[in-house]
Amino acid sequence: MAKPILKEHLINRDWCKGCGICVAFCPKHVLELDRDEKVFAARPEDCICCKQCELRCPDLAIEILTE
Amino acid sequence: MAVKDYIRERFFPHIWCQGCGHGMVLNGLLRAVEALGMSKNEIVMVSGIGCSSRISGYLDFHTLHTLHGRALAFATGVKMSLPALNIIVPMGDGDALAIGGNHFIHAARRNIDLTAIVMNNRIYGMTGGQFSPLSGYGTKETTAPYGNIDHTFDISALSIAAGATFVARTTAFHVQQLSQLIKAGILHEGFSVIEVMSQCPTYFGRKNKLGGAVEMLRNFKEITTPKGSKAKQANPELIERGILHQIEQPEYCNAYEQMTALAQKGK
Repeated sequence: MAKPILKEHLINRDWCKGCGICVAFCPKHVLELDRDEKVFAARPEDCICCKQCELRCPDLAIEILTE
Repeated sequence: MAVKDYIRERFFPHIWCQGCGHGMVLNGLLRAVEALGMSKNEIVMVSGIGCSSRISGYLDFHTLHTLHGRALAFATGVKMSLPALNIIVPMGDGDALAIGGNHFIHAARRNIDLTAIVMNNRIYGMTGGQFSPLSGYGTKETTAPYGNIDHTFDISALSIAAGATFVARTTAFHVQQLSQLIKAGILHEGFSVIEVMSQCPTYFGRKNKLGGAVEMLRNFKEITTPKGSKAKQANPELIERGILHQIEQPEYCNAYEQMTALAQKGK
């Protein structure tokens, strides 16, 4: 199976509550919380599209779009 | 259908606290339903009262938000009248085993084809952190500030003893396993119980100094092990995850239908 290529981290800032679960369990440390305690992709180039963040988000606030 | 097609977006962001495990159960459930390729019209979600039971409001299936502890009784009614539908009953630990304890054991005994998801966060979160029958000896809650002296139920052992034909356990941390088990529970013909150990950082985590959602999830990873693993033999304290019990037995609605046919034939 070909490696998925990242298109975008689709983050719904209105739904994100800043619990930090996605940040803590990202195996590549791609995500961080900003000053408003909302998640953002700080190092998108390191993303391997494993979707651990998307599957774990309690708020359905993050989605990994692949090509 | 995409995951987002199954939710009622107008009610988001949901009411659950930051880092609540129930949101992760919602996420896992959505993946399971999506993987099964089910349509919204063939699922009925029946819930009772509590944080966990709010889940029915966020999902765009047929949903029924009923009385505290009585979700299984309502679900039994729905299933008996329309047996072709898939019924999912999300419940909290208190809703399932304290207020609805009697409904729970009898639904299990009848082996009626319902999928009960017990979201076990070991506390009554919505009402302010009172201890539940799953809190456990020595834990601290709003109503047990010096430590709880009640012992817990073992949900799985209780379900098996009561006659449930599919019993599984996982945690909010193990998201892939969570959706696989929900999928297997929906496909199983008979009463399925899926216990999901879920975190309540707001009350259980804070009162018992377990840290925030992330620390509680890490703890779930440490205190559980797959069923039948070597780690369990070395450390019997570990809690097993996976399908703990699955047997085939006549399902209640089928048996009822056969009995009706027999009775209508006369002598």
